[in-house]
Amino acid sequence: MSAVLLAMAAAVIATTIAALWRAVNGPARSDRLMSVQLLGTGAIAALLLVAGATGAGSALDLALVLAMLSSFATIAVALAPAPGRGGAA
Amino acid sequence: MLLDFWTVAVAALGVLFFVAGTAGVLRFPDPLSRLHAVTKADTLGVGLIALAIVPQAATPLDAAKILLIWLATMLSAATVGPLLARVAIRNGDER
Amino acid sequence: MIAGAVFDIALVALLVALAAWSVSTRSGFTAIVGFIGYGVLLVVAWMRLRAPDVALTEGTIAAGLGGVLLLTAQARVGESAARTSAGAPRQDGGPSTIARIGIAILCAFVGASLIAVVLSLPEPAPSLAPLTAEALPRVGLGNPVNAVLLGARALDTLLEKVVVFLAVIGVWSLSRDHAWGSSPSIGPRTTSRVGGAAGGIAPAPAGPIAMLARIVPPFGIVVAGYLLWNGANEPGGAFASAAMLAAMALLVLMAGLGRIPRCSQGSWRATIVAGPLLFMAVALLGLPLAGAFLAFPEAWSKPIIVVIEIALVISVASALVLLIAGPPTTEPSP
Repeated sequence: MSAVLLAMAAAVIATTIAALWRAVNGPARSDRLMSVQLLGTGAIAALLLVAGATGAGSALDLALVLAMLSSFATIAVALAPAPGRGGAA
Repeated sequence: MLLDFWTVAVAALGVLFFVAGTAGVLRFPDPLSRLHAVTKADTLGVGLIALAIVPQAATPLDAAKILLIWLATMLSAATVGPLLARVAIRNGDER
Repeated sequence: MIAGAVFDIALVALLVALAAWSVSTRSGFTAIVGFIGYGVLLVVAWMRLRAPDVALTEGTIAAGLGGVLLLTAQARVGESAARTSAGAPRQDGGPSTIARIGIAILCAFVGASLIAVVLSLPEPAPSLAPLTAEALPRVGLGNPVNAVLLGARALDTLLEKVVVFLAVIGVWSLSRDHAWGSSPSIGPRTTSRVGGAAGGIAPAPAGPIAMLARIVPPFGIVVAGYLLWNGANEPGGAFASAAMLAAMALLVLMAGLGRIPRCSQGSWRATIVAGPLLFMAVALLGLPLAGAFLAFPEAWSKPIIVVIEIALVISVASALVLLIAGPPTTEPSP
């Protein structure tokens, strides 16, 4: 069963990596931020699966820390003034 | 045995939602609709995976950690949703 | 283990591609977003390398705090550039083309040398690990990484904390003369400094950021305490705990629910300095008590380490908040 869970973890990571295409390509700033947020959530999900597969508590601690900090980048962007002249995405 | 089946089944459902969320991010037409995919589908995916892992927790502390992770992910998505929408609208991305 | 190898190769290829893209993209914002993504992927890579302590540090610093630091810095630099040049294109284009080629060759040479050295190490590579592992039980901590950081290489840790404190002084020196001693601001702003039009998000004590800042910090503080205590036997420790505390403080600041105390306040300055100072005092006490600088009497080893770690957490957390919030300023902030 742990092999199944690890395979699912790899699948989750592969999925979030596919979403990076939106970070590279997305025309808008919000697209890129969205993709990074998705990457963070994907890492959390993968870590949860790894913790379930191996029973290592450190993966859970890591997932906890990531979950609490994942929204910071978006908050920082939302607080900055709107891009003025030349502030391309 | 039953717990193992629960873990694999619910985790598979969670991964399915994750794939759906990513498909949404890649395929939806504009940022605001992609936002739906990210905040809802992915958070649901993480929640289901957390639910799947709980029976595997070795100690009650681990189970509490898993629930805290799920809560933090939900709060994070709830915050990020409106903020990203504001960023998108402020930059004139909505159509 | 073919699946593992395939996964690792794909991850490495992706990391290199993402790094190359981040460096070459035109917009600073896009590069920063790429860097944050790179940090999250590195966390996965560190876990694959079975280095959870490094992964924890990478997750808190690169993926969390580092993103905030770079984004706020970019916003500030963008504003000041727009203010000074008033719409005209920037005069200097950076290093000349020849300089760029020279730098690229130098970087490639250093990278290739590192790869060659790592690949040519004998198998098994010479290492102090077995020797260290024998001596570690005397430190009293179960986690070998923290035992090395605070036992065998405590001098490095002491110097690093002093460096963090010096960095804070460096950041403070960037403030304007009239703002020296006031408090840095990193919250929502009602007026933009470019052209006077209202920019950014108006302060919203009931908004989503404020909601997060009211709910999460209590949990964050508990998690920080847990990381510190757990660091004795599991991955964690003083730095991860300090980074978590700093992140919670930053969340409160970014929501506009609080302000950093004035930097001229003695008690605030004492908080920042307390950690390295206590560490140094303990180190000097080692001379009469245990015969050498930074030596701990063996029976007292673990309590001393705990006390040092607590002081370090407070100081490093304060220092991290100050490093990210920036120099003291008198800009209006609600």
